[in-house]
Amino acid sequence: MESQNPNHAISPSATTASNGDSVFANIAKAPEDPILGVTVAYNKDSSPIKLNLGVGAYRTEEGKPLVLNVVRRAEQLLVNDPSRVKEYLPITGLADFNKLSAKLIFGADSPAIQENRVATVQCLSGTGSLRVGAEFLAKHYHQNSIYIPQPTWGNHPKVFTMAGLSPKYYRYYDPETRGLNFQGLLEDLSSAPSGAIVLLHACAHNPTGVDPTVEQWEQIRQLIRSKGLLPFFDSAYQGFASGSLDADAQSVRIFVADGGECLAAQSYAKNMGLYGERVGALSIVCRTADVASRVESQLKLVIRPMYSNPPIHGASIVATILKDRDMYNEWTIELKAMADRIISMRQQLFDALRDRGTPGDWSHIIKQIGMFTFTGLNTEQVAFMTKEYHIYMTSDGRISMAGLSSRTVPHLADAIHAAVTRIV
Amino acid sequence: MASRTAICRGLLRRNSITGARSMSSWWTSVEPAPKDPILGVTEAFLADPSPDKVNVGVGAYRDDNGKPVVLECVREAERRIAGKMNMEYLPMGGSVKMVEESLKLAYGENSDLIKEKRIAAVQALSGTGACRLFADFQKRFRPDSQIYIPVPTWANHHNIWRDAHVPQRTFHYYHPESRGLDFASLMDDVKNAPNGSFFLLHACAHNPTGVDPSEEQWREISYQFKIKGHFPFFDMAYQGFASGDPERDAKAIRIFLEDGHAIGCAQSFAKNMGLYGQRVGCLSIVCEDEKQSVAVKSQLQQLARPMYSNPPVHGALIVTTVLGDPELKNLWLKEVKGMADRIIGMRYALRENLEKLGSSLSWEHITNQIGMFCYGGLTPEQVDRLTNEFHIYMTRNGRISMAGVTTGNVAYLANAIHEVTK
Repeated sequence: MESQNPNHAISPSATTASNGDSVFANIAKAPEDPILGVTVAYNKDSSPIKLNLGVGAYRTEEGKPLVLNVVRRAEQLLVNDPSRVKEYLPITGLADFNKLSAKLIFGADSPAIQENRVATVQCLSGTGSLRVGAEFLAKHYHQNSIYIPQPTWGNHPKVFTMAGLSPKYYRYYDPETRGLNFQGLLEDLSSAPSGAIVLLHACAHNPTGVDPTVEQWEQIRQLIRSKGLLPFFDSAYQGFASGSLDADAQSVRIFVADGGECLAAQSYAKNMGLYGERVGALSIVCRTADVASRVESQLKLVIRPMYSNPPIHGASIVATILKDRDMYNEWTIELKAMADRIISMRQQLFDALRDRGTPGDWSHIIKQIGMFTFTGLNTEQVAFMTKEYHIYMTSDGRISMAGLSSRTVPHLADAIHAAVTRIV
Repeated sequence: MASRTAICRGLLRRNSITGARSMSSWWTSVEPAPKDPILGVTEAFLADPSPDKVNVGVGAYRDDNGKPVVLECVREAERRIAGKMNMEYLPMGGSVKMVEESLKLAYGENSDLIKEKRIAAVQALSGTGACRLFADFQKRFRPDSQIYIPVPTWANHHNIWRDAHVPQRTFHYYHPESRGLDFASLMDDVKNAPNGSFFLLHACAHNPTGVDPSEEQWREISYQFKIKGHFPFFDMAYQGFASGDPERDAKAIRIFLEDGHAIGCAQSFAKNMGLYGQRVGCLSIVCEDEKQSVAVKSQLQQLARPMYSNPPVHGALIVTTVLGDPELKNLWLKEVKGMADRIIGMRYALRENLEKLGSSLSWEHITNQIGMFCYGGLTPEQVDRLTNEFHIYMTRNGRISMAGVTTGNVAYLANAIHEVTK
């Protein structure tokens, strides 16, 4: 059935706009995604000493991706179960998964859960949860400004803009101290209009690794509640930051404990290593059960025209693990091991720079938390490290500690030392 | 770590919390949303305790025992995959292999367009996701355009283009009197639409009517589209499922391609591979040349990134494994034909039963129509009676999912339909 005449057998009329041209003829090639583009560039590099410190995907000491043992076990259970079918999930996703996810982030004894005040829907990992939440807000919330920390994950502004919200920034990272600009944060949130949405990284801020202290979180909470701002948590690293699931959820829990409302996007990409399966959940904590029920019904109307219902495979793995006491425990152990390895990489890199006498204060490497370190290197220094040392990272100076190993720390330390001493 | 937790516990026990308690909910004005007209049917069905209940609502295939089916080729693919793969992120455009196999299926194994790399294609979240991605793309790059949607169509099409903020118009499609195609009006609408309009076409097994243009009619439509410079966007959710032969079911698309149209196409593996809940599909857009297809693909990725970053890997792996292995692919072709044949058999059985009951109405359309659905002959009030009196669940537009009909329930169904229509 191949076309006999590839030059069109029928001539379009003279009035057709494009006279046989594509309607999309003027489309320019989009720039590479700054984060995912790093891996693309890394893959193209043929050097044997190349190092990928771009995307935040965990690597073992051998530099390999890791599938958790408990995940493999869950997979086996699923594949061996002949009763399992591949039917559509409900629009809101797998019910068990939703309940268990809410418990995970809010705590099993959370009054909000016990009072049925939480609407939870399964979404496509963190991105999908943020997008669904943002579209819901754009439709139903009276304010469309969303305050996001400066800096933040590169995809945040795009998600919110596409959903119809209007991103504004609040100060967060202090380049001088390589820590939190707490004064600036409080000032900026104080001057936000009442009712504005505030995006908060629950723990292990991406890209800086800088988190508020417990005391600072309490002050933030008081400010947000007194100004009537709406908190929207992005929780992508629960358990991955400190190694403790409960500790990493404290910021969210103090907000829920005060009886107020909030949104929370959860991802299982990193803490369960389920990256490509796209597993996550969006929870909206409401004042009453009746409100939560109506909110859930409206969330369905956001989801249906986007992808109808979420993918079943990853959520089934998560539910299998979370509902089984032994598997849950096994998971917490494997999770802590990943977090510990990263903490150890931080220490090793810090020590290596100190041993080389690299100029500057590098203590932020061990003060920052989670997968990423915001090195403080500038774009020229980063470009230098890529060109001369084949080290791939985002141009904002963010490195993924998960991509390091004891074997490769010296190479990175050499590169940083060279960059800092040769390029200012 | 211990002290941090202790401090938190202290904070959580505090009673006088600034501000929060005195506020009412942000969401008091949020109305309860209406139930989805299609998916809500299954919810209602599940809640019904009657032993006679029949679900001919959602378009998910059932075997002759009314049970959902996982294809053998899929089970085998899963066995081969399990335990072997890591779960790393796919690229934003999804699995390259899966997309290659999808394109071969839709465009033909030996398609020149594929050889010339003229097709911009990404993995999408089944058919819905592919349509939504296209709608968002259309909005971004042809912001002044509208979408022409057939009447009737799958209800969610309207939601998709609406949420993408693309204005909608409709074109005539279904002819209630004949329960067939209103071809004359359809062609009028095509001619009267402004040049260069965007049209949504169902490639085969139209949902909900089961009414497809004949090959000759497709040729005429394609010809007229060429004159008008219209953009054809095909939603192909049932390739293989309609006639049992995927090549045959792609005929409309192939006709348009022969005529030189640069089409867009949404493909779904939900039904034809039974991968419903895995959400696997593909969006493709034919471009002038390789350079343009690279540009278009990059822009599609830019739309996927703020929606879900990258698509789910598991379902894509299954599709790649099945279609990439000649033995598994042959098994799949057999199983698809089996499903299509069973449905065609049920169409004949339902029609025969109604005619035997002495119904004075014409039930020809049941066997004229194609694919999963049977449409027409039932008013909403009759549908309500079917549900309330006979525990038969279908969408209120009278669409019957033939996949839910079995040798065990066809007589009951025919009888009930006869009762409410006589």
